[in-house]
Amino acid sequence: MSNSEQVKFKINKEEVSIKVDSNTLLSDCIRHQLLKTGTHVGCEHGACGACTVILDGDAVRSCLILAKQADGCELTTVEGLSKKGELSNLQLMFKKHHALQCGFCTPGMLTTTHALLSQEPDASYERIKEVISGNICRCTGYINIIDAVYEARDYYR
Amino acid sequence: MNSKDKYIGHYTERIEDDSLLVGLSTFVDDVHLDHMLHAFVLRSTVAHGYIKEIKTDKAKTFPGVHAIYTGFDIALEFNHQMPTIPIRLAPIEELKQFKQPIIAHEIVRYVGEPLAIIIADSLEKAQDASEAIEVDIEARPVVNNWRSSAENLSVLHPQIKSNIGTIYHAKKGQINQNTSQYFQRKEVFKVHRHTAVTLETRGLVANWDEDLEKMTVYGATKVPFFNRACLGETLQISPKKIDMIEVAVGGGFGVRGEFYPEDFLIPYSSKKLKRPIKWIEDRTENLLGTNHSREVECEMEITCDANGKIVSLVANICVDAGAYARTSVTTVPRNSAQFSSGPYDIPNIDITSTVYLTNKCPIGSYRAPGRFECDFFRERMFDLISIDLGIDRVDFRRMNLVKFNQMPYPLARIDNPDRYEELDCGNYQTTFDRCLKEFNWEEKSLLQGQKIDGKYHGIAIGCFIEGGGAGVKETAKIEVNEDGKLNVYIGSANLGQGIVTVMTQIAAEELDVSMSDIQIFHGSTTYLEEGFGSYHSRATIMGGSAVFIVAKALKEKIKEAAASYFQCSTQEIDLLPGLISSFKNQTLELSKLSRDTLFVAGEFPCKTNTYAYGCAAAHVSVDEDTGKVELIDYFTIEDIGRIINPLTAKGQAIGAVVQGLGGVFLENLTYDDQCQLTVGSLADYLLPTATDFPIIRAMELEEHPSQLNPLGVKGAGEGGIIPVAGLMANAVSNALSSKGVQVTELPLSPQAVWKLMQ
Repeated sequence: MSNSEQVKFKINKEEVSIKVDSNTLLSDCIRHQLLKTGTHVGCEHGACGACTVILDGDAVRSCLILAKQADGCELTTVEGLSKKGELSNLQLMFKKHHALQCGFCTPGMLTTTHALLSQEPDASYERIKEVISGNICRCTGYINIIDAVYEARDYYR
Repeated sequence: MNSKDKYIGHYTERIEDDSLLVGLSTFVDDVHLDHMLHAFVLRSTVAHGYIKEIKTDKAKTFPGVHAIYTGFDIALEFNHQMPTIPIRLAPIEELKQFKQPIIAHEIVRYVGEPLAIIIADSLEKAQDASEAIEVDIEARPVVNNWRSSAENLSVLHPQIKSNIGTIYHAKKGQINQNTSQYFQRKEVFKVHRHTAVTLETRGLVANWDEDLEKMTVYGATKVPFFNRACLGETLQISPKKIDMIEVAVGGGFGVRGEFYPEDFLIPYSSKKLKRPIKWIEDRTENLLGTNHSREVECEMEITCDANGKIVSLVANICVDAGAYARTSVTTVPRNSAQFSSGPYDIPNIDITSTVYLTNKCPIGSYRAPGRFECDFFRERMFDLISIDLGIDRVDFRRMNLVKFNQMPYPLARIDNPDRYEELDCGNYQTTFDRCLKEFNWEEKSLLQGQKIDGKYHGIAIGCFIEGGGAGVKETAKIEVNEDGKLNVYIGSANLGQGIVTVMTQIAAEELDVSMSDIQIFHGSTTYLEEGFGSYHSRATIMGGSAVFIVAKALKEKIKEAAASYFQCSTQEIDLLPGLISSFKNQTLELSKLSRDTLFVAGEFPCKTNTYAYGCAAAHVSVDEDTGKVELIDYFTIEDIGRIINPLTAKGQAIGAVVQGLGGVFLENLTYDDQCQLTVGSLADYLLPTATDFPIIRAMELEEHPSQLNPLGVKGAGEGGIIPVAGLMANAVSNALSSKGVQVTELPLSPQAVWKLMQ
């Protein structure tokens, strides 16, 4: 049996203090304990990128790190990328370019590219492509996603 | 686009995107019910054997475990008549003998087949307990491909004494045995096993309400009404006591939403324990147990005259169907036979297609089932023949395409059950010429076989047809809300293809109201008496036409209600935009009318398929040292009849092309000689990523609307993928022509291509 411990972190600007088992994955904590189900799990071992969240500014795979590793950190999930009832500029670009079909990979695509453009607002088309090559999309063929992110750069400058 | 249309034909951003983009859509793993338990399925690690014993005593004592059910338990409960999964498409008695039991019983026939289901407080507890279950299986010799299946040395279903599921025949005209004055070429081709691998795995939440004696299942999709009937039959409860609830779905592509063993096991357990139960497939289970597809071998012989005009096509197709005949087992063997001739005028056809059972995961439909495969065989054959005859392959194809004045054009007729198909309409020459032009064939031709910086360049072109609109009918209902807005219900299901937007465009167009005045309800069995779902590129054709029909009928009802209000005749009422009734110089808002009569339930019946058609061309380079194929350009063009939403139509085309490229170059469900699946995760089942195939161009045309439905639409979800394998194999062969390479097998992994070059 695993030990449980109390961890504190900020998720989407909100302070949480929560008891987690020492082996609880961050993805499970976010989805099943905090009930923020926008973060999706597609492969359980870091290959698909659907579970990507932003941890202290960097895109990380929440299925590959433990919840307790987030202690003291600042987390952003897809739910924290826009104001309630609105779409962020990046999300609007995804909609405009038809960068999603089933939408299952979309939260991971958004967190990955939001982190990218926040750090590198001038990311080239090639750079964007290279970064999202770590995220699997089974529907779109990626071209529309890359176009959406490329056009969204203007909003991060 | 019709210039008067306000919504249809316009690039329209999707309505469904808003909730998906902010993480607020509910997928099945997002469904949380109070007191919910979790299920884990223990699966066979042995491919073929007699189940001697499954000991669960110890596991049942594990903390948090509520129940464990094995095949023995369930067989006992059903008086040794183990419930089975029905065949949904083109069912025949012969194949019904090979239906899959809802849990392995007596014999296990593939690795991954369910042996027991464990229900516990949490998934972890269920999984821990499963490790204490002792399974005793006496191994039997495995049947690992269609050839060993044909030998019948080890028989999967001993009561039938043969591993042959059934044999189909697709025929047309008469094969002339005297072929001395003709040219003939025979070749054997193979497509490897791969499948859809949706990003969201399967899953469901079942909740039996003991007081209401009612079952609710969340996570239904594709064919919820059919699955409700299956569940009713297997659980022995009335379908009226079952609600199948559609939630957001992370990709369908043919495999998702069919009735699988878990679609019985989870509701069954919920009914036994009177608690909600969730089961979510993990990625390994998904690769092991969700329908596989595509594993087909074909010996094809084409006969033509000296000019290259095709006289006949004869083929022997062998399908490795896996261990059982599941719901859509029939699509690959039937389609790869009946659609072998594609968009070409081939007067005489004789094809045999055999379903062989093997100790692998059962097969089913995967986007363009059988069509992807037979396009590869045929288009590859065409390039080989063109070389043999010294005819330009472009001329060869142009000469053999079905001509405009030959429409409607008959395809081969398939037996068992008998089915006649004909190509409905279109001008195949125009898309072909347009493809050549847009691809810039003439200029790129100069690169054929050229070696530039260690890479050989090759190009290819191929034509295809895409059937759409299968099956009997689709239903829809429309009603007016208190606020004057409209609720539209359809039997089609959403698999991520954007039907909410498309149906809204159709309804808004016909009713001349704003799109925001329409709300679409789809999929769930609670909305309509019956529904037929989303498969075979049918949702827009069948569901869309049903929406059109009820919308049209509603306008008449509104006129009648307004006539009664104004005390005039219906003919004197005009409908203005926004469904405002106008009589002389008076107007009346919809919300002012009595809603008592303002609803319509209707259906669109149609048994004839539409055929979209197109052409694709590609340019590749092959690295001499590594065998890696680089895609330099890919252009696909398809006439899909009237286009409802150009944005989503193009999205379907490009997505389908990339999915096909994954199948050709990366994806491979490999089994070892003991029928152990040797891929278990997305680290070894490789899916295309953003850097793999950067340039795909797609063009959609609507020059020849279908006459078979009131909208004029055809299917558009599968055309992109159909020509991919033939095109890539031809382009690689073209690139490596100086080395005498002729591709006959997929996949075209770097290793495989490198080997061909040696």
